[in-house]
Amino acid sequence: MKVKLENLSKRWGKVVGADCINLDIGDGEFVAFLGPSGCGKTTTLLMVAGIYKPTEGYIRFDDRVVNYLAPKDRNIGMVFQSYALYPHMTAFQNISYPLKLQKTPKEEMKKRAQKVADMMDIGHLMDRKPAQLSGGQQQRVALGRALIKEPQLLLFDEPLSNLDARLRLTMRAEIKRLQVDLGVTSVYVTHDQVEAMTMADRVAVMKEGKLQAYSPPDELYDQPRTLFVAGFVGSPPMNFLDVEVVRENGDYHARRKGFDAVVPSDRGEKAAGKGNVILGIRPENITIANVGVSGEIYVVEPLGRDDLITVHIGEASVHVLSDPTLGLRMGQTVTLGFNTHKVQFFDPQTEKSLLWMD
Amino acid sequence: MNRTSRLERGGTPPLSHAPSGEETSSIGARMRSRLEAYGFLSPAVLLVTLFFFIPVIIIFILILSDLKSANFGTLQWWLPVNWSLENYAKIFGNKFFPKILGNTFFYVAVTLTLFIFSSALLIAVLTTHINRRAGFFFRVLWLLPRLTPSVIYIMMWQRMASRAPHGILNQLLVPLGISTGGDLIQAAPWLFVIIANGMIGASFGMVIFTSAIEAIPKDFMMASKVDGASTWQTIRHVILPSIKWPILFVITYQTLSLLTSFEQIMLLTDGGPGLYKTEVWALTAYHRALSNYFGNNQWGYGSAWAVILVIIGVAAASIYMRVFKFDELVQEPKIDLL
Ligand SMILES: Nc1ncnc2c1ncn2[C@@H]1O[C@H](COP(=O)(O)OP(=O)(O)OP(=O)(O)O)[C@@H](O)[C@H]1O
Ligand SMILES: [Mg+2]
Repeated sequence: MKVKLENLSKRWGKVVGADCINLDIGDGEFVAFLGPSGCGKTTTLLMVAGIYKPTEGYIRFDDRVVNYLAPKDRNIGMVFQSYALYPHMTAFQNISYPLKLQKTPKEEMKKRAQKVADMMDIGHLMDRKPAQLSGGQQQRVALGRALIKEPQLLLFDEPLSNLDARLRLTMRAEIKRLQVDLGVTSVYVTHDQVEAMTMADRVAVMKEGKLQAYSPPDELYDQPRTLFVAGFVGSPPMNFLDVEVVRENGDYHARRKGFDAVVPSDRGEKAAGKGNVILGIRPENITIANVGVSGEIYVVEPLGRDDLITVHIGEASVHVLSDPTLGLRMGQTVTLGFNTHKVQFFDPQTEKSLLWMD
Repeated sequence: MNRTSRLERGGTPPLSHAPSGEETSSIGARMRSRLEAYGFLSPAVLLVTLFFFIPVIIIFILILSDLKSANFGTLQWWLPVNWSLENYAKIFGNKFFPKILGNTFFYVAVTLTLFIFSSALLIAVLTTHINRRAGFFFRVLWLLPRLTPSVIYIMMWQRMASRAPHGILNQLLVPLGISTGGDLIQAAPWLFVIIANGMIGASFGMVIFTSAIEAIPKDFMMASKVDGASTWQTIRHVILPSIKWPILFVITYQTLSLLTSFEQIMLLTDGGPGLYKTEVWALTAYHRALSNYFGNNQWGYGSAWAVILVIIGVAAASIYMRVFKFDELVQEPKIDLL
C-alpha cells in the first residue's frame, strides 16, 4: 500500500507537533522518521495511525483520503516503544487480540498465532504474562501482535530504544529481514541515525515539526541539503568551518585564518563570491598527512577501531578519525590533509546547502 | 553498624570506649524513649478504647438483654442472669421480618447496580473520553449531591416531588398525563429513595474510577484502537480489566455503606408510606433503638438488629473478594523487599 502525506499539520493551540509535511511512501517501502526528541515524529506517526486527527492536510492510503477513518478500519499494525502489551493478558492473548476483535474462529486464531509465534521464535512463551517476560521477549510479542492480522502498513515508534545494545543489533537485522520478506510498507520512527540509515530505504529527517530532508541514506549522507541534516546525520558528526571561497589562478580556495584548502571547481564555484560560507567535512575525510593544514592535538579519544582526535586549527577545531597505531598524543602538532572532493558548503543565513539545493 | 564502628575507631578513644556506668544510663535512655513513644500513643489508644472497644463490648452485652427506656435503671443488664437470646427470637418471629429483609436487599442491589456501579463507571468512562475541561465540569456537577447537607438535599427532593401546583416534577408530568398531581414520593417511594441515594453514591465511584482510568497508560488505549478495537471493545477488554481492583473496592465499600446508611431514607419517607414500605434494616435498628413510638427506646432489641447487619456486611464483603479473586489481585507485590 502506498501512503501519501500532503501538507500535513498537527497543532494543539500554539504547540506545533507537525508542520506542513509532504511525503510519499511507495508500496513495500521502508521509511524511517529521524530527528531529535520533540521534533514531531510520533505525532506524525499517530496521525498516520488515525489516533490523532490532522489539523490540516491529508493522509492518503493508495490515493484514498483516510483522515476520518478510525484506526480500526485502517488495517495497520503498530509497535510501541513501551511495547504496550496488555498486562492482564498472556502472550498468546496479546498476540491474538487483533483476531479476537475480528471474531476470528478459535481454531484459525490458534493456527495464525502459532505461525506468528514461530516466526518470532516465542512459541514457548505463549502462556506467560508480560510481567514475566524480558524486554526482548516483550518486544517480540509486540511485533507478533502487530503482524498477526497481516496489516498493509506497519508502524514502529522507537521499538528498540529500550533494549540493550547487542539485542538492538539483532532485532534491527530481524525487523529489516522480516519487512523485506513480508514486503509490507513500513514507517519506522527513531532518533538513532544508525538505525535509520541501516534499515530504511528512505529517511525523512525532521526538526521542530518540519520535514528537513527525505532521501535514501547514502544521499542523505553524501548530499545533505541543510546544515541541520549534515550535522545530525553521521557519527561522529560533520565538522563545520566558517570560510570564504575565492578563485585564484583557476583554483578555488577555501580560506580562513590558519586554513587554506583547494576545493574541486565543481563544488568551489557554487560557493565562490558569496562572502562567508560554512564548509562542512566529515571526520573520516580528514587524514593525518605530510602536507596540508597544521594544527595542535587537543584531545585523543580511542574508539577502538579508530581514534577520534580533536585538532585545533587557529581558533577553529575539527574532529578527525585517525589510525590508533600512529600513537598520537595530546599537545602534538600534526598536519591534516582534507579530502576536499567531499566538502559541503552551506549558506550561513538560510542554512541551506549551496551544492544540492536547486 | 559498620559505619559506626569505623567512626568509633577513628573517633577519640575515651568517649567511644565508654565505662559501664554510661552503658546503664543508655539503657535507661532507651527505656525513657520507649515510654515517650507510648506516651504519645496513649491519647489515641484511650480514644479508641473509650469510643470503640468499650461500646462494642457493651453492644454485645446489650443484644442479650432487654434494656429499654421503660426498665432503664432497674434492669441489671450487665448481669448474665438477665441475658438470653430472646431478642433474636423476636426478630426472626417478627411479622415484618421478611419484608424488611427483602426491602434491604432490594434497596442495596438496585441502588448499587443502577447508580453506584453503572452510572459511576459510565460517567467516569465518558468524562475521560471527552475534552478534559468539559469532563472535569461534569464530574464536579455529579459531586454536588455529595457536597449538599443531607437535610437540604432531601428537602430539595421533597419540594421537587410535592403535589401539583408546587412541585416542578408534577408541572412536567401532569400535562404529559404521567402523574395525577399527587405527591410523587407517596406515589413511588422506592423510585425516590433509590435515585436520591444513588446520586449521592455515584460520585464516590466516579471519582475512584476516573482516577483509575486516567492512570492507565495511553499506549494501551492506542494499541487497542490500532489492533482494531471499537471504543466499546477497548472499554471491555482493556479498561475494565485494568480497573478490576478499584471496581472491587467501590462495590464492597458501597455495599457496606448502603447497608448501614439510613438517614436519607429516614428524611425522605421514614420507612413509609404505610407500614414498612421502604423500611430497611438499618432504619429498623434505628427506629427500635433510638426513635420508638411513645418514647420507648428498646436499646437491647435495636442493637440485636444492628449486629445482624454487621454480619451480613462481612458476609457480603467476603463473597465479593471470592468473586473478584482477591488473592490474585494482591498476589504480585510491586516491591519485593524494603
Ligand atoms: N497530546 C499532545 N498535546 C500537546 N502537545 C503535544 C502532544 N503530543 C505531542 N505534543 C508536542 O508536540 C511536539 C512533538 O512531539 P512528538 O511526541 O511528536 O515528538 P517526538 O519526535 O516523537 O519526540 P521523542 O523522540 O521524544 O519521542 C512536542 O513539542 C510535544 O510537546
Ligand atoms: Mg516519540
